[in-house]
Amino acid sequence: MTIPLLKVEDLRVTFQISREGDMPWTKPLQLHAVGGVSFELMPGETLGIVGESGCGKSTLARAIIQMVPATGRAVWEDGVDLLSLSSREMLKYRSDIQMVFQDPLASLNPRMTVGQIIAEPLTTHHPGLSKDEVKLRVKAMMDKVGLLPNQINRYPHEFSGGQCQRIGIARALIVEPKLLICDEPVSALDVSIQAQVINLLMKLQRELGLAMIFIAHDLSVVKHISDRVMVLYLGRTMEVATSGDLYSAPQHPYTQALLSAVPIPDPAAERAKRMIPLEGDLPSPLRPPSGCVFRTRCPRAEARCAADAPRLNPGDHQVACHFPGPLAEFRKAMEEA
Amino acid sequence: MVLSSIDMSALAERLAADEVKGRSLWADARSRFIRNKAAVGGLILLIVITLYALAAAHVSPYAYDTADFMIMGHAAELGAPSWESGHYFGVDNDGFDVFVRTAFGTRISLFVGIVGSAIAVIVGTLYGATAGYVGGRTDQIMMRIVDILLAIPYMFVLILLLVMFGRSLFMLFVGIGLLSWLSMARIVRGQTLSLKNKEFIQAAQAAGVPAWKIILRHIVPNLLGIVAVYATLLVPDMILTESFISFLGLGPAPPVTSLGALIAEGAGTMRYGYLWSLNAPLAFFVLTQFAFFFVGDGLRDALDPKDR
Ligand code: SF4
Repeated sequence: MTIPLLKVEDLRVTFQISREGDMPWTKPLQLHAVGGVSFELMPGETLGIVGESGCGKSTLARAIIQMVPATGRAVWEDGVDLLSLSSREMLKYRSDIQMVFQDPLASLNPRMTVGQIIAEPLTTHHPGLSKDEVKLRVKAMMDKVGLLPNQINRYPHEFSGGQCQRIGIARALIVEPKLLICDEPVSALDVSIQAQVINLLMKLQRELGLAMIFIAHDLSVVKHISDRVMVLYLGRTMEVATSGDLYSAPQHPYTQALLSAVPIPDPAAERAKRMIPLEGDLPSPLRPPSGCVFRTRCPRAEARCAADAPRLNPGDHQVACHFPGPLAEFRKAMEEA
Repeated sequence: MVLSSIDMSALAERLAADEVKGRSLWADARSRFIRNKAAVGGLILLIVITLYALAAAHVSPYAYDTADFMIMGHAAELGAPSWESGHYFGVDNDGFDVFVRTAFGTRISLFVGIVGSAIAVIVGTLYGATAGYVGGRTDQIMMRIVDILLAIPYMFVLILLLVMFGRSLFMLFVGIGLLSWLSMARIVRGQTLSLKNKEFIQAAQAAGVPAWKIILRHIVPNLLGIVAVYATLLVPDMILTESFISFLGLGPAPPVTSLGALIAEGAGTMRYGYLWSLNAPLAFFVLTQFAFFFVGDGLRDALDPKDR
């Protein structure tokens, strides 16, 4: 059995929120942005993480690279728990884990040239490289992500959104990481350009043998690129399955609701499809519902759901729900009743 | 194999292609500034005023601290501006040449303005950037100190300082320097706070770039625009403060003078029936103020982040 590249166990992120006008001695509110998430990531595998905005998916990613304080464990392939490292010890792992950000333009310093931007991680981790060597590598990387290498002296504002995201990808890949975390890398881009960037990521992943954590709020984007998909709701895992299983046979009512909102290219199927509306708003993460966090919006919720929180069942297709099952069965039961 | 060798040579070609020059935001801002007529006019005016302030003493046969006793007390009849006598702007009631005195006063006023604003830039930027980047309790304490200092009626304190420690340029710098950086610190802190959450800072942190390099490479260059604008607008402010103090008679002691002191003198001798010793310093004072405001305004338009 291969060792997972990254094994996350019971990762929790809690923010202390102190409100405006609070006295210094009042206890700050606790915001559980991520409430105990576990997963494994094999080398070369892509894990998609899906959820509405504010469900803690970006926080989860940032916790792994120690950009927000977290508890739990995140074990790297060499057995080291990343969360327990000091920032100096973490430095060694930073070149192994790189990140691509959501807003392509905002993630590039407007005062630096593309060459300087892409070279920054390289010169940080390999300070001994000569200027020419750095330049050569930067140019080769630009070529690899589909940018013209002779544009090396241009500034970010001279590029389109899609090109800026390519610059961001080049910056992440120049230190040859083993894991690439993509935090909604395409949600700020036009649909036509989204596909280009996703295809580029997939191509690069194949060539470089990268593992990826791909975060999105859009299931259709994730489906294409992921081997497995994890669905988050209010910082808790709802369902984890292989991409095929999750899309063809979702078990969790939340996943089913999300999927029903994805347009289907076939017009007949689209019309036949019945939307499952998600009622109500996302509850405030400051006061999450007792028991199952999804119960305030769940069509299947019963008394038991408020009493105790469902756990993820072990296995390949993991669901955290007391009454899991395909949508059709549930519908039938509803009609009979 | 054949295919990949073609690939390789194509790649080599692309890598060797001539590099295109980029247009930095600074270059953009410069061209926007140059297109702004009022700002360029202000800049030219400033250069002319500075040249006058520096060179007048060498052009004129008179010195700023030696009086012409023949004219002393008879400025209204004998001291009119004239080209032949070399008193281009006339002579004042104490027998001093107004052309040279005004140049000297302008020099002192500019000096006070620029030094005051330089103190603001250095202290304010460092203080504000530190407070903003460190954040948390440190930030709270540092900014409360600024609030408290800002609440002090500073003109009152400045006057007290000058009365207590005597009138000198040094005391004036201390007084102005103590106060000028406060609002700069506030502005810089606000900017740093919003920069700190930008994704490119996070990207640098994620890449493992050390904090001091992040501040120098990512935060300070992005602050420079607003600092430059604010510093330019601060200079006339400082000049105004200094002139006010001098007008009250608390400025640097004679023979050192400044535009404010000269205006006060000129205003005092108006009743003798001549205006030239008021007109010259007043004109330079007004022109300097306008020029700095136009330049500052032009800089703000040129560097405005909203235009990006
Ligand atoms: S546990 Fe209950 S409330 Fe939660 S998803 Fe399942 S059925 Fe719905």
